[in-house]
Amino acid sequence: MGLRKELPVVAVVAVGGSLGAAARYGAGLAWPTPDGAFPWTVFTVNASGCAVLGVLMVLLTETTTAPHPLLRPFLGTGFCGGFTTFSTYSLDTQRLLSAGDTARGLLYLGGTLVTALAAVWAGVTAARLLVSGRGRHA
Amino acid sequence: MNWLLVVAGAAVGAPLRYLTDRAVQARHHPVFPWGTFVVNVAGSFVLGLLTGVSSAQAHLLLGTGLCGALTTYSTFSYETFRLYENGAKGYAALNAAGSLAAGLGAVWLGVEAAAGLR
Repeated sequence: MGLRKELPVVAVVAVGGSLGAAARYGAGLAWPTPDGAFPWTVFTVNASGCAVLGVLMVLLTETTTAPHPLLRPFLGTGFCGGFTTFSTYSLDTQRLLSAGDTARGLLYLGGTLVTALAAVWAGVTAARLLVSGRGRHA
Repeated sequence: MNWLLVVAGAAVGAPLRYLTDRAVQARHHPVFPWGTFVVNVAGSFVLGLLTGVSSAQAHLLLGTGLCGALTTYSTFSYETFRLYENGAKGYAALNAAGSLAAGLGAVWLGVEAAAGLR
């Protein structure tokens, strides 16, 4: 990959990712979840980030007008990618399980997956309705 | 200062995810999303290791910032959804189950390694 060609993309991924991570950190400060409790904040961050990415990907890849080439790396790879997290999800699950709270650990593990997939589906479906309503195939 | 640590870590983590994904996808399976799989598992392992570090600043920089931005739930879900939608239902199920199992295994290994090093 040509580094010079990649540089603007890498830069907007860094900026978008930083904004997303800062938003996630802010959510954690605003809605802290105590140790041992169901990690609602990260759960909500991940679910909402999935819904947003679902909407974005339709708007950025399924419309007839080509969006600016840096929008997808900035908003999708950068912001949504930095906002949502897999590592904290893994660690929180491991903590619940190793604390002996098997039910809550498995509920968090599976509940996040199901909710995240449903959120992507809802985002994609809503955005496709919006796009086709605008007369994409007219 | 705390915000700066998170932002600095993420400014490295997010591009690292992008570049890893590009490098891995160019070499491996054209359908299965190995790139996202690799960053999510690696980030989970590193976050597990960080449980052995007591510095709050290190957790903000490397945990919330770097590992948080290196790993992603949105791209993982979107790629799983797209696999399913495109008829690769087996790969979709494999990606979902495999990512969860490998992420959990990696974080557990990291936690155990950190405890062993202490």
